[in-house]
Amino acid sequence: MRIALFVTCLADAMAPQVGKATVTLLERLGHEVVFPSAQTCCGQMHTNTGYQREAVPLVRHHVEVFEPYDVVVAPSGSCVGSVRHQHAMVARDAGDDALADRATAVATRTYELSELLVDVLGVEDVGAYFPHRVTYHPTCHSLRMLRVADKPLRLLRNVRGMTLLELPAADQCCGFGGTFALKNADTSTAMLADKMRNVLSTGAEVATAGDASCLMHIGGGLSRLQSGTRTLHLAEILAST
Amino acid sequence: MSSTFLGVPAPRGVGHLRGTQTFPDAARVALGDSQLRRNLGHATSTIRAKRAAVVGELDDWEQLRLAGSALKTATMARLDEHLERLEREVTARGGTVHWARDANEANAIVTRLVQATGETEVVKVKSMATQEIGLNEALEAAGIEAKETDLAELIVQLGGDLPSHILVPAIHRNRAEIREIFLREMPGVDPELTSEPRLLAMAARKHLRERFLRAKVAISGANFGIADTGTLLVVESEGNGRMCLTLPDTLITVMGIEKVVPTWQDLEVFLQLLPRSSTGERMNPYTSAWTGVTPGDGPQDFHLVLLDNGRTATLADEVGRAALHCIKCSACLNVCPVYERAGGHAYGSVYPGPIGAVLSPQLTGVEDNASLPYASSLCGACFDACPVRIDIPSLLVRLRAQHVDANRGGVPSAEAAAMAAASWVMSTPGRFGAAESASKLGRLLGRSTGRISSLPPPLSAWTASRDAPRPPEETFRQWWARERGTS
Repeated sequence: MRIALFVTCLADAMAPQVGKATVTLLERLGHEVVFPSAQTCCGQMHTNTGYQREAVPLVRHHVEVFEPYDVVVAPSGSCVGSVRHQHAMVARDAGDDALADRATAVATRTYELSELLVDVLGVEDVGAYFPHRVTYHPTCHSLRMLRVADKPLRLLRNVRGMTLLELPAADQCCGFGGTFALKNADTSTAMLADKMRNVLSTGAEVATAGDASCLMHIGGGLSRLQSGTRTLHLAEILAST
Repeated sequence: MSSTFLGVPAPRGVGHLRGTQTFPDAARVALGDSQLRRNLGHATSTIRAKRAAVVGELDDWEQLRLAGSALKTATMARLDEHLERLEREVTARGGTVHWARDANEANAIVTRLVQATGETEVVKVKSMATQEIGLNEALEAAGIEAKETDLAELIVQLGGDLPSHILVPAIHRNRAEIREIFLREMPGVDPELTSEPRLLAMAARKHLRERFLRAKVAISGANFGIADTGTLLVVESEGNGRMCLTLPDTLITVMGIEKVVPTWQDLEVFLQLLPRSSTGERMNPYTSAWTGVTPGDGPQDFHLVLLDNGRTATLADEVGRAALHCIKCSACLNVCPVYERAGGHAYGSVYPGPIGAVLSPQLTGVEDNASLPYASSLCGACFDACPVRIDIPSLLVRLRAQHVDANRGGVPSAEAAAMAAASWVMSTPGRFGAAESASKLGRLLGRSTGRISSLPPPLSAWTASRDAPRPPEETFRQWWARERGTS
């Protein structure tokens, strides 16, 4: 299958290893990955911070870039959530119904990584090998906007050599929330403290999730504490052999 | 009322809907209170588990939620007709209906009604509407003592405190603290009182029973006002409401105009949704309904005060009005990670938690509560828990946009300038690539550890508690171009 990679602006600029792992994984499974290089950002940060008007050109650009492709994948529940649940609304609120319809069409062909693997490609065992103790944090938008449910866990359970440890209070937010982490830094940190306490209670070496943004938050806290637990994106574990 | 034209400007909400501090400032204080954190964490996780268990028993829970949402949407679309019907039916059955534009008018009406009885003491059923309008303080200023009879409200009142939760107003207190309050403030309490829940409840019961028996006037709120029969309905757990609603001569009910439902049949849905979402019970212990005045049985003088206080203004927004669908169950508070840590007082308004963050700014106008729409990580747990499916995250985002739009024009804030610049940069790939290259100046930081532990404002808010990753040597698009060429 020919799959267009929407790498997300955050992974592009700050976590390129996530994009590379996604490419490695999909190519290993025998698919063709293309990277439409004109892509930038889905505009979620603008929309969620109240700058919906400024999000309109980003939505338009995203639609124009990805419109030609039949299948689009992003290694992010949050960015796919924005594409699926916000793009049409942003366009419609700006009075551009035509753009809203085009955005809806692109959204129906856009998948988060675990959705693509399990629902579209029908794979649960991707042939990965990762001999480490790992705990999985289901990010809020993949859980409650996309309803990926246990798809990431089904993929992780098939990774050879890996010990998957259950994260207590897994469905609680890590406190990232985009600009929430800056505007309400203290409350965000209190949420992060509890998330880290739960991660560390598992004894895992690695905390994984489907969003580079949440991992940057959790990982930033674990690193500050010199905790000895690191973060890796789901794609990085699934790409390991 | 489906039209947004209102003729005259709808009144904005006044009363206890605004805090003196912004949410981040108020939350900072609460987060440092280890007793509060422990009390809230324990209480919310207990209620969450109870709710999850009883909701899980019903196969048709999602259909019930859809029905609740549909009933509320339909009711709001014809709210004016339902309210006039309610007024007619209450009046026909011997009650008197009063309309209050805002908190001040409602307080004046209730004060005048109590004064007309000659009484200087009233008993109260737990009610959010009377908390909202600050009725107790208004009555006190007129020399009338209002006594709360709900156990948790009594604890809050005796402690000179403020409620911090819609259902469990003293959730921020544990039993050791409650014992101390009772010993200090409850006249004639047994000095040997321990913190055993049964003994605390018995002390409160003895204290309250004297009040019930001598009270001539009671004040309540209403969970539902049923238009087609003019019936008011209160659900509760302790029986204090039943005492207040049946024993006194005069009953005054203050009800927000959004609480009207067209028919009794609607309660089939709401009385399944409310207790399971609220206390985590299949059915609440006491459901009291009264219709006007019944000679020789119960209060012989009944007044219904219909409160606007910003609700008509909220109704004018066809999307935002969904916040008025709230049946005050507080399930969203109990699942909210922000509420669980910051507590209810940080929200400033009597309506805390996720629903408060969308309701209070709409009742007052968003500029009067500008920090509340941002008091959420948009995790979505509230939407999942809401029995009437209020999409709180979407409403929060919408209110953020209203706040930003209200501040356009003039000199842009640093944030607005940054957002505009980011939009300009990210709407073309060339500019974005250039900006990414520039951001690699960040590689000058964190060279020894690979992590950045200190950044200038506003990013210092990040590095105060988390390291930031060092920008990579090569972005993904640069790697792709080098490895694969451009596509």
